[in-house]
Amino acid sequence: MARIVAKRIIAPNTVRMDIAAPKIARKRKAGQFVILRAAEESERIPLTIAMSDPVTGTITVIFQMVGHSTMELGRLPEGGEVRDVVGPLGKPTHIEKFGTVVSVGGGIGTAVALPIAAAMKQAGNRVIGIVGARTKDLLILQDEMKAACDEMLVSTDDGSFGIHGFVTQVLEKTIARGDKIDLALAIGPVPMMRAVCDLTKRHGIRTIVSLNPIMIDGTGMCGGCRVSVGGKTKFCCVDGPEFDGHEVDWDLLVNRQRMYMDAERKAKETFRIAHPEPKSD
Amino acid sequence: MAETPAKKPWEIPRQKMPEQDPKERARNFREVPYGYSPEQAVAEAKRCMQCKNPPCVGGRKNKKTGEREGGCPVEIDIPAFVSLIAKGEFIAAARKIREKNCLPAVCGRVCPQEEQCEKTCTVGARGEPIAIGRLERFAADYERANGGVSPPPKAPPTGKKVAVIGSGPAGLTVAGDLAMLGHEVMVFEALHCGGGVLVYGIPEFRLPKEIVRREIEYLESLGVKFEYDAVIGKRETIDELMKEEGFDAVFVGTGAGAPSFLGIPGENLNGVYSANEYLTRSNLMKAYDQLYDTPIARAQKAAVVGGGNVAMDAARTALRLGAEEVTIVYRRSRAEMPARKEEIHHAEEEGVRFMLLTNPIRILGDEKGWVKGMECLRMELGEPDESGRRRPVPVKGSEFVIDVDAVIVAIGNTPNPLIPQTTPDLEVGRHGTIIADPETGATSKKGVYAGGDIVTGAATVILAMGAGRKAARAMHKYLTGGMRNR
Ligand SMILES: Cc1cc2nc3c(=O)[nH]c(=O)nc-3n(C[C@H](O)[C@H](O)[C@H](O)COP(=O)(O)OP(=O)(O)OC[C@H]3O[C@@H](n4cnc5c(N)ncnc54)[C@H](O)[C@@H]3O)c2cc1C
Ligand code: SF4
Ligand code: FES
Repeated sequence: MARIVAKRIIAPNTVRMDIAAPKIARKRKAGQFVILRAAEESERIPLTIAMSDPVTGTITVIFQMVGHSTMELGRLPEGGEVRDVVGPLGKPTHIEKFGTVVSVGGGIGTAVALPIAAAMKQAGNRVIGIVGARTKDLLILQDEMKAACDEMLVSTDDGSFGIHGFVTQVLEKTIARGDKIDLALAIGPVPMMRAVCDLTKRHGIRTIVSLNPIMIDGTGMCGGCRVSVGGKTKFCCVDGPEFDGHEVDWDLLVNRQRMYMDAERKAKETFRIAHPEPKSD
Repeated sequence: MAETPAKKPWEIPRQKMPEQDPKERARNFREVPYGYSPEQAVAEAKRCMQCKNPPCVGGRKNKKTGEREGGCPVEIDIPAFVSLIAKGEFIAAARKIREKNCLPAVCGRVCPQEEQCEKTCTVGARGEPIAIGRLERFAADYERANGGVSPPPKAPPTGKKVAVIGSGPAGLTVAGDLAMLGHEVMVFEALHCGGGVLVYGIPEFRLPKEIVRREIEYLESLGVKFEYDAVIGKRETIDELMKEEGFDAVFVGTGAGAPSFLGIPGENLNGVYSANEYLTRSNLMKAYDQLYDTPIARAQKAAVVGGGNVAMDAARTALRLGAEEVTIVYRRSRAEMPARKEEIHHAEEEGVRFMLLTNPIRILGDEKGWVKGMECLRMELGEPDESGRRRPVPVKGSEFVIDVDAVIVAIGNTPNPLIPQTTPDLEVGRHGTIIADPETGATSKKGVYAGGDIVTGAATVILAMGAGRKAARAMHKYLTGGMRNR
């Protein structure tokens, strides 16, 4: 059991939760994740640790309520308890002084990109942050990201804020500007990561991505999280979650993420009917 | 002496185990055998000849190979507990078993008795052996149903702290034994509930989870503390446990939980599972229960690759999840199948099909990336290999495709590397197993002991438990010896 110390809706359908988990807070490094189980009957869901505070002993997770399980987690109240919090899991990001690092975060992926950008900057890199979302309301962690980067570029697909366009277009312009980019990080929805990788591959820029397949245990016990990287099968929870984006088999990832779509759609409907949204939420 | 029965014991058939009807049980998750009634247990126990030098305990020398075989791996005093059952002293019988085996309700259900105690039973040489496993189960169930286990008096506190990593049979045994000896014991378990393979692997219909829960409650009553969701190596390393958190000794019982795959094309298609994932979804996450959220593929036609207990469990689970057709695909012949006879028999009764001497070479998918078939090769048996079993060799041009919408790969598990990877001075063997003294469980690292599947590779519950026993004894010496010597 872990207490929800604070909970805020930071964008439509997007929840930020600070959870008391002192042992995890003390140990976690950028790039690692936790697995949460809202209640006894719930699924185990992996979420990246966006921030942590070893002093107060809290970790912060940010997630979108998209399926039954994330909705259930998102409905837990501040002061309430999450049944299980396991972590920190996965390999930490490989941090070193590369030179100039571009961190591209799309949508909720910004929450994953933030700690990595911060760690990269701390290691002496010049960090350029590119943050994008569909529309202004969905932009998250603007201030935190700004603080973690030397330069920040924001775009929205509909032009409601910042540069009008996709993060890939912003990245293309940054590359065209002539900056020598030593490493790119791409974190967000699969189509976005894939588009970034196509672009950086053409320009010969090494690109790290953070993958999010379906998981159960997160310790290498089930193999449900397998992904294919460079033609080899890897267990994302222990070998990842970060991989060389130019080697990832994206079609496989998308396909495996969809494995239970029908089952999930049904569960989501049932949940909506059984738990109508409270008005004041 | 009991009166001499009119018939010799081997002329009396062993008591039949009452079981759920195969047709019916293949569609539910309730336990298959109901267990003996007290009358049956007494009748069965009376068949025992009370051998002076009981081969069911100590095993017997194989005249051909000269090696000892059979017998009880933890040396339960079998004739003693059986005679207590024959006298109707069921609780006393359970206590007798507990002197050597702290998980009798579990072992009575899942031990391969036909390879151990029952293999060398004197009566078995002429007829059917005494049903030792069923009697063990009976005594343990009787005890549980009648007030449970009252813990014997504990030794006074020693002031020593022990960390047990992993709550499988090995870890649970160490925890119980060391708590009895007065040490403070903390069990760290990566998953959200305790029992290891007993809860995530072995299905409910073979081992009700209630039994495991009761065993854990018993340990809690002895003062053992459990911390779940604790992945050691990731959250704290062994060094941190010892240096920063004040643990005087550590036992590693993290099992062999990393699944092997076939390495054939199509293995990452949707609908292809490791047996671990399939069983974990069903058992630990209770995917079969409407009330739980975790999904699982509801296959119509499932193929299970492998011939061990894990394969049988996966196949029988697939049936219970509603599959119309479940096929075990195994590359050797029936004689080489490592699964228990009883489990093969149960699977067969329930309608699982066996496709032997068959090796999968490719898994085929449909346009949606879901499994639709599996291409296989027929095999024939060639020369014996290192294991002494005849090596299966492919028959040229014998490729054929079977129609399936789920494939469950049950070809083995290897040790989980998390602990070895994060404990630099822990010596590890070729297959990723931790190297430990078979008599004491001592590893290359001072104060760190190990036992169970992490040391032996995937084995059995009773061997894991036995290793835990030995390690607990050695750890106790380590923890107290230092003081006495000075
Ligand atoms: C499906 C299946 C069926 C089986 N059927 C039988 C049978 O019928 N009869 C029989 O005798 N044997 C059977 N076995 C084998 C038997 O279950 C194992 O040999 C036995 O459970 C091994 O016990 P253990 O204590 O070594 O490890 P496990 O039972 O594997 O327990 C290890 C525990 O450690 C935890 N762990 C791992 N890493 C960490 C970490 N870093 N930090 C914290 N915790 C960790 C795991 O989550 C797990 O709970 C079966 C196995 C399977 C998979
Ligand atoms: S060998 Fe068989 S008959 Fe002899 S004591 Fe053991 S169980 Fe009884
Ligand atoms: S989530 Fe089970 S092995 Fe990765």
